[in-house]
Amino acid sequence: MAQLLQQLLNGIFLGSIYALIALGYTMVYGVLRFINFAHGDVFMLGAFAGLYLNKLMGPVLAAVPWPVAIGLVLLLSMLICATLGIVIELLAYRPLRDKPRLNVLITAIGVSLLLEYTGQLVFGATQQPFPALIPRTNVGGLGGLTVTTTQVLVAITAFGLMLALRFIVLKTKMGLAMRALSLNPTASALMGVNNSVIISFTFGLGSALAAAGGILYASLYPSIEPFMGILPGLKAFVAAVLGGIGNIPGAALGGLIIGVTETLVAGYSQQIGIPSGYRDGVAFVILILILLFKPSGLLGKVEREKV
Amino acid sequence: MNSTKRDLLLLCVGAAAIVGLTGCKQKGGGGDAGEIVIGEVAAMTGNTATFGTSSHAGTQMAVDEVNAAGGLLGKKLRLVMEDDQSKPGEAGIVAKKLISREKVIAMLGEVASGKSLEMGPICQKAGVPMISPASTNPKVTEVGDHIFRICFIDPFQGTVMAKFAMSRGWKKVAILTDTKQDYSVGLSQFFKEYFAKNGGTITGEQSYGSGDKDFKAQLTAIKGGSPDAIFASGYYNETGLIAAQARELGINAPLLGGDGWDSPSLVQVAGKAIEGSFFSNHFSNEDTSPHIQEFVKRFKAKHGNVPDAMAALGYDSAMILADAIKRAGTTEGKALRDAIAATKDYQAITGKITLDEKRNANKSAVILTIKDGKFSYVETLAP
Repeated sequence: MAQLLQQLLNGIFLGSIYALIALGYTMVYGVLRFINFAHGDVFMLGAFAGLYLNKLMGPVLAAVPWPVAIGLVLLLSMLICATLGIVIELLAYRPLRDKPRLNVLITAIGVSLLLEYTGQLVFGATQQPFPALIPRTNVGGLGGLTVTTTQVLVAITAFGLMLALRFIVLKTKMGLAMRALSLNPTASALMGVNNSVIISFTFGLGSALAAAGGILYASLYPSIEPFMGILPGLKAFVAAVLGGIGNIPGAALGGLIIGVTETLVAGYSQQIGIPSGYRDGVAFVILILILLFKPSGLLGKVEREKV
Repeated sequence: MNSTKRDLLLLCVGAAAIVGLTGCKQKGGGGDAGEIVIGEVAAMTGNTATFGTSSHAGTQMAVDEVNAAGGLLGKKLRLVMEDDQSKPGEAGIVAKKLISREKVIAMLGEVASGKSLEMGPICQKAGVPMISPASTNPKVTEVGDHIFRICFIDPFQGTVMAKFAMSRGWKKVAILTDTKQDYSVGLSQFFKEYFAKNGGTITGEQSYGSGDKDFKAQLTAIKGGSPDAIFASGYYNETGLIAAQARELGINAPLLGGDGWDSPSLVQVAGKAIEGSFFSNHFSNEDTSPHIQEFVKRFKAKHGNVPDAMAALGYDSAMILADAIKRAGTTEGKALRDAIAATKDYQAITGKITLDEKRNANKSAVILTIKDGKFSYVETLAP
């Protein structure tokens, strides 16, 4: 029983990272009806930004308490990636805005490859250890269960960012404009919304979320390399589709489902007779089954919440 | 657009890139009268990159030393190295390129068994002798009579670690295997055979794939069997993360592994979590034998760091080839093959090497532990 609870916990923490990355996919899709495949690579750049910021500001970070240090690295890295996201949109996607959607999709794959291989050139292809920004200690008092401070912080940050995103989308003027644009770009432009600014803002916001995800992921699994974004990016994309793409709570739910399923398959592989190497495969089979019965995803039916 | 389509697209783009890259170099090699061209395939980038960079530093140093001493058969040696990026399928492609374009007379590499298994059939078919410095999977040399290795093999390495566990009084061991690596699968299999036959209990068998980052699920399941030690037979990169996550889950049993752990990255990623774990290796730069310390000094003078086992094996692979070329008196494939096969009691850096009829080297293994962030010598176990 204790083992099952531990496995569920493992799954939830893994899933909260997927959820955080999935938010970026889902938000850009919600506004532009376009899957930004370079999202996983911005996630990678976020982790590297964290690594280099830590090298540059080592003495400063060592002097302040660790929550301030991680907050500082997180914010700066989010800022860097937000700028990058806006630049990518400006250079790669904006010229194609009136072209068929397939063109932008293929461009996104191109941007993704460009970022990966530029990363390989600049950072080198070998794995680099990520500094322990968060002390790696266990949280006590949970009986036989083990949870580390990193895991707790990851879950809290992921959840906090989800709430913040929901607030921005539903309660602010910017969010209102995003929803208007998502509903009908022409009409929103006629109503005085500057579509270009809103789209830039959306990309910036999505990229900042990816950067946060990158840093948290690297804190959990402290070994980073230029191709680290591919698999988590793919799984987060699946999570977004699973929950109903364009839907923010759906992305969170999808992430958790994938994380928990994967962990349970790997953890009980001997009992169920599936080698734990198949963990990804099983997660994807479940995705297919769910989509067979609910093609728009678990929470994807409510059209007016699509942002 | 779904994920499968994206994969397909990536595949197409990747294939186009490979065709483009391999097609652009139009340099004829091998034919020049004044030099002997030797090919090398190594992983200079990707997830086993430290193996390739180390072994290449060793081979390059050996070639330079042979050239400084006047070369062989009145000619200079030229080493042409190709990077296989640690990617499946790539080793075969670059080996083909080295044989057809550079006309290499012999091939050195790869470190990883899976890559050597890709290159082997190509070298065998072309009649080019191949010497792997460090591929320990038995299947590697079974490919054909042109494929050699100068290291011990997995049954030996797996058995050595099982013997070692027994000698420490560890009766219950869990196994964690990287199923994407022939190397890891072989090691685990032979560990299990010996350990189970001699009265040990395997409390759990878990697996993962190279590139995975989360091992908590497997480790939680392993923890349920409360083992005395965990045999983690994969490579250093995942092992570092495994060690860290095992300690986070409150598993204090030491990890055991093979020569795939031999990389500074292991300690960088795992930190304190890997302290007190053990692995088998080919060579220890702490060995006090004069010829080893002499080698360490020369290596340090050339590359600025101390050699690890892969560097020593890379050096030995090139030196054994040079020795065979000298004895054969020719670089013709068949004669060279026979000369390599006749290698007997060659005093190499990693031990006295004799190649047996299966083209494997018979030699002993050293056990290392991780202490204060450094690999330190524990004992030598003979075959």
